[in-house]
Amino acid sequence: MTTSASSPALRLDGVSKSFRRETGESVLALDNISFSLDQGGLAALVGPDGAGKTTLIRLLTGLMKADRGVVSVLGIDPAKNPQAIQSRISYMPQRFGLYDDLTVRENLDLYADMHGVTADDKRTQYARLMEMTGLESFQKRLAGKLSGGMKQKLGLACTLVRSPELLLLDEPTVGVDPLSRRELWEIIRSLVKEGMTVLISSSFLDEAEACERVLVLDEGKKLAEGPPADVSSLALSRTYVLQPPDGMKPRDFQARLLADPDVVDAVPESGHVRLVSQAVSGRSGPAYFGGVLAQPTAARFEDGFMVLLQQTGGAKPNPSEEPQPEEALGGSRDDSMVEVHDLDRRFGKFVAVDHASFNVKRGEIFGLLGPNGAGKTTTFRMLCGLLPPSGGSLKVAGVDVRQASASARQHLGYVAQRFSLYGQLSVGENLAFFARAYGLRGKKKSERIAWALNQFKLEPFVRLPSAQLPGGFKQRLAMAASLLHRPEILFLDEPTSGADPFARREFWQRITVLAAGGVTVIVTTHFMAEAEYCDRAAILDNGKVLAQGTPAELRAHAPAEAGHIATMEDAFIAIVVDARSKEAAEHGERES
Amino acid sequence: MSPSLFRILALIQKEFLAVLKDPRSRFIIFLPPILQSMIFGYAASFDLNTVPYAVLNQSNSTASADLLSRLDGSGVFRRQADLERTKDISTWIDSSRAILVVRIDQDFERRLVAGGPATVEVIADGRNSNTAGTALGYLGSVVDGFNADWRSGHSQPGPPLRIVTRAWYNPNLDSRWSMIPSLVGTLTMMGTLMLTALSVAREREQGTFDQLLVTPFRPYEIMVGKAVPNMVIGLTQSTTILLIAQFWFHIPFVGSFVVLYAGLGLFLMAAVGLGLFVSSIAMTMQQAMLYAFLLVMPFALLSGLTTPISSMPEFLQSAMVINPLRYALDLTKRVYLEDAGFAQLLPDFLPLTIIGLVTLSGSAWLFSRRLA
Amino acid sequence: MKDCLAKLRRIRALTLKETRQILRDPSSIAIGVIFPLMMILLFGYGLSLDVTRVSVAVVDEDASSDSASLIGAFRLSPYFGVTVVHSMAEAKTLVMNRKADGALLIPSDFARRWHSGDAEVQILVNGTDANQARIMQAYAQGPVAQWSAAHASSSFLAGPVIVVDRMWFNESNDSHYFLVPGLIVLVMTIIGAFLTAMVVAREWERGTLEALFVTPMRAGEFLISKFLPYFGLGMIGFALCLLAGQFLFHVPLRGSLALLCLASMIYLLVALGIGLLVSTLVKSQFLASQLAMLLTFLPAMMLSGFLYDLRSMPVFIRGITYALPARYAVALMQTLYLAGDVGSVVWPNLGVLAAMAAALMIATRLVTRKQLS
Repeated sequence: MTTSASSPALRLDGVSKSFRRETGESVLALDNISFSLDQGGLAALVGPDGAGKTTLIRLLTGLMKADRGVVSVLGIDPAKNPQAIQSRISYMPQRFGLYDDLTVRENLDLYADMHGVTADDKRTQYARLMEMTGLESFQKRLAGKLSGGMKQKLGLACTLVRSPELLLLDEPTVGVDPLSRRELWEIIRSLVKEGMTVLISSSFLDEAEACERVLVLDEGKKLAEGPPADVSSLALSRTYVLQPPDGMKPRDFQARLLADPDVVDAVPESGHVRLVSQAVSGRSGPAYFGGVLAQPTAARFEDGFMVLLQQTGGAKPNPSEEPQPEEALGGSRDDSMVEVHDLDRRFGKFVAVDHASFNVKRGEIFGLLGPNGAGKTTTFRMLCGLLPPSGGSLKVAGVDVRQASASARQHLGYVAQRFSLYGQLSVGENLAFFARAYGLRGKKKSERIAWALNQFKLEPFVRLPSAQLPGGFKQRLAMAASLLHRPEILFLDEPTSGADPFARREFWQRITVLAAGGVTVIVTTHFMAEAEYCDRAAILDNGKVLAQGTPAELRAHAPAEAGHIATMEDAFIAIVVDARSKEAAEHGERES
Repeated sequence: MSPSLFRILALIQKEFLAVLKDPRSRFIIFLPPILQSMIFGYAASFDLNTVPYAVLNQSNSTASADLLSRLDGSGVFRRQADLERTKDISTWIDSSRAILVVRIDQDFERRLVAGGPATVEVIADGRNSNTAGTALGYLGSVVDGFNADWRSGHSQPGPPLRIVTRAWYNPNLDSRWSMIPSLVGTLTMMGTLMLTALSVAREREQGTFDQLLVTPFRPYEIMVGKAVPNMVIGLTQSTTILLIAQFWFHIPFVGSFVVLYAGLGLFLMAAVGLGLFVSSIAMTMQQAMLYAFLLVMPFALLSGLTTPISSMPEFLQSAMVINPLRYALDLTKRVYLEDAGFAQLLPDFLPLTIIGLVTLSGSAWLFSRRLA
Repeated sequence: MKDCLAKLRRIRALTLKETRQILRDPSSIAIGVIFPLMMILLFGYGLSLDVTRVSVAVVDEDASSDSASLIGAFRLSPYFGVTVVHSMAEAKTLVMNRKADGALLIPSDFARRWHSGDAEVQILVNGTDANQARIMQAYAQGPVAQWSAAHASSSFLAGPVIVVDRMWFNESNDSHYFLVPGLIVLVMTIIGAFLTAMVVAREWERGTLEALFVTPMRAGEFLISKFLPYFGLGMIGFALCLLAGQFLFHVPLRGSLALLCLASMIYLLVALGIGLLVSTLVKSQFLASQLAMLLTFLPAMMLSGFLYDLRSMPVFIRGITYALPARYAVALMQTLYLAGDVGSVVWPNLGVLAAMAAALMIATRLVTRKQLS
């Protein structure tokens, strides 16, 4: 069955969809959306959390029905004949439910058989998917034993076992490291070249830039539609790069710049700060921000996106709503808060963490970066006392957490990779419970809860069961719960994965303030650009620490290229690829 | 308040919220004990009040008619048919339309007048030999009554020695009086043990257990925080069933509530301890559920609820030393019907305390060991 | 044709997946294999309705040679353990402390009345366990009758009417005969309903369905793949019970094996249907398992006629039992095992079960929609 080339692969016309929350109010998830994508097209769906991206994709799959409007996929109405569509498309949901008790290979086989992939096709397709995901050596491992990022990659592989007419991907690269993301995009591009139509929702805006068309949604409304360049051009002649004043960290300079009402957006980048201004340049000569001369630079999609969101109201955090610095914690900045020496962790034969060593001082932001399965989460769990090390030593706030009394844990805050608060309890009940778990009572307790609700803008949701919060707000709630007791050390495992750019800025602003107040922060992330916020970072692969240092030191590993300032992502890829090729060479020598 | 107690209270409050907030889960916790105690209160009885039977009366005499009218007048025996031929017997028995077929021979009255013995043949449907046995017993007492009247009417001597039976604590030997107080422990244990086993497994499956472990909670605090709410829920269930026993089934409560609740408290501690023990072994909710079931099952069957413990083989009797339900059943019935006091119930209180302490501390140990 | 082949391939893949999940979860195996074995052992050796030996506190107010010889008769009985005490108060204390199960009171005028041919003794039973009390009452007839027969001056004949009873299907009154057929029903219920109550809800809770729904897989194929492995597991449980019945407990199988298998399969389908329907409807493992317990296992135990006679239950409860499949299954199993292929019992019950199975399957298929709410 083929559809004529002229008709679009998918079309939405005036589509609306609303939900009823358990608390009674009705939420308009999609409001009069029209959009179409031609055969063989590649389109991105972007927007902040709660924009309605997932709902839109689910309408296309026939898993949900629109309240109003026309939906047409491959010429079929998904509400009328969902099976006809489901047989012809491939879909990767945001939370791809793998069978934890099946192996990697068995999960793949299941989806291949569902789609009727022949044995021959399996062979060629599997090879390609294994190459992309790096799961080759894990084929016999149970999916439940994979790390979070590797699960995501396996979900992706299960979706790509065949080449459908239309591919729908809902945030497929959340939690996936840059190396794999690059390979994934190569596959998507080659599929599009073969004539497949792809719609992808993403919180990585550089990915949206690589698509032919974008649809920008916010709170169920369409903000923009067209080629990504249209969005980028909104920031035309408004984008600059600034060198922070001497002795000032880029993140502190960024924080200062964001307070300027003329600034739409500012992010640290390669030791500088990238800025989008309110006013278009060129009229009054060179621009100055925060007393520093701004160098104009080419606008990117992300810059335009921030302008677009700001135009429609409330993108940048209002200065009055900015995280307020709290009373600083005591102690010297030279105190070693986390000491890891020769840390080892094995699961049977598998070495998850291999002689890792690093130190973190009070008030530092320390990043743990690495590809999926590098051992970041395992290291984290050991630091928090959830997993005993197989060897080596580790001290947190001067004590081994596992030996330490409950009072030592009083100084820790922990945000897990997966949302892990009580889903059936409301936001307020969750906060109240964790406040009391940390011994807060009376006035102090209500003050801290009020602070958390206000800081994380959770007031409207106080009574909503937390399982029903939009994704980004779940993350905020988890952060809020971990900060109630003003911990000295904060552990954040992939706190920004799946968060929209706006939420990420807000998050880092908060972390910056916390660190300034003396809180030590240890964070894992896949957004390499975010390593710029860290004081220091370590890059892990195969359980080993490959490199560590300040962002500038790490960037120095990137190969020099004329006319291009190396980014953290360049450095990361260089370090990991270099280490892997050395490993392979050594391995080869041993073999021969 | 010590910080530890404060944390435990926070956890207890959270547990109550987690279980009772969802109307569906409130429903599933409180409705089954009510429904079950009502239904089983009526159903779970070996007493018979309807025995369908058929008659093959070849005698057609006044004596046989008298005997049959006694049966029909007993209120229990319901005559379904008067058969003509011997081969009809199997039709009625095979199709389960009659539990008994009474066959009276042609020479019944003749032998009776001659001083006996005259035989009445009774064929019973042995597919459920227990029911058949009970029905035969009822028939026997009707025949005894017939015999006594016949003897006094024909001045034949009665038996030189009679047995007069009296029953303590349950004058009419109503099996409901024994059954319903037993349901208090049985239904409560089923609910509580599973609920407890699931409460930890659910936290594990949803990842909240890790979050709990990085807070200042110590393993024993988590144990207490999990145990207390489930014990309270269990006590509420028990109380509901006790109220049904008194006010619906009108079984008089003669004992002391202090003794009863002390016993139930210990029993629930043991049940919750077992639940926590299961949850420290189970990885998923499904496992918790199934393992809890595999534990509850033999405990319920071998508690003395349906069959007496004393008739079990030796090895099972000694294995049931660890069964908290058997002590709870014994205890509830004896307080309820006999007004037994602490001293008499020591053989129940003592093992319950030991089981509770061992399972609670055992699961605390298992929890901390699994973390290490 | 090609479609059909693709369909079969998908069903095979899904069934394989389900089977692997069963084999890898120790708790599924525990329910499928260990549970039937445990039940067989418990029912075979643990449960017995016979009271073997009761201890009786004897109060001899008469203290004559006659009363002493009557006590001797109780001592000789294999069913009684005798403790002689001095007062009824003492006897009652013994009973309250569970040192005695009941009491025998020989009144002070016993010897005198015995010789005038009109004596009486009292048996005091503990009504707290009504069943056991009744059994004790029946046991006491033995030594009393024996003693009176041996010591009576004039010969006294029982009767004049004597009941001669014959227990058809179970001449030796062996309780295994009715426990084994009931056991099969219980085992099938647990494997069928309890285990499957979790399996669809689990997929909803873990979010494994969203991606699977957007494939050529039809809802019906998904359900078939849930049925097949658990059906297999249930039949293993059935086979274990069948073997135990034959070789361990020597319960005769008087009906045809083929009909017995057919009846078991149909009942298993009903149980599976309930489990899957509940699981699909509530989408929560906790609720589904509790409901399955409430709807299937407890009725199979208490309201099926397996232990307690249905005809003696109040009308409204009898009404409930008609809605529960277990009663039909128990009637079928007991008849096929002990009475044989009795058409008037087999076909109506089998028919009801088959109708229930069909209705449940259709209902499950109707509520299974490839939709997110």
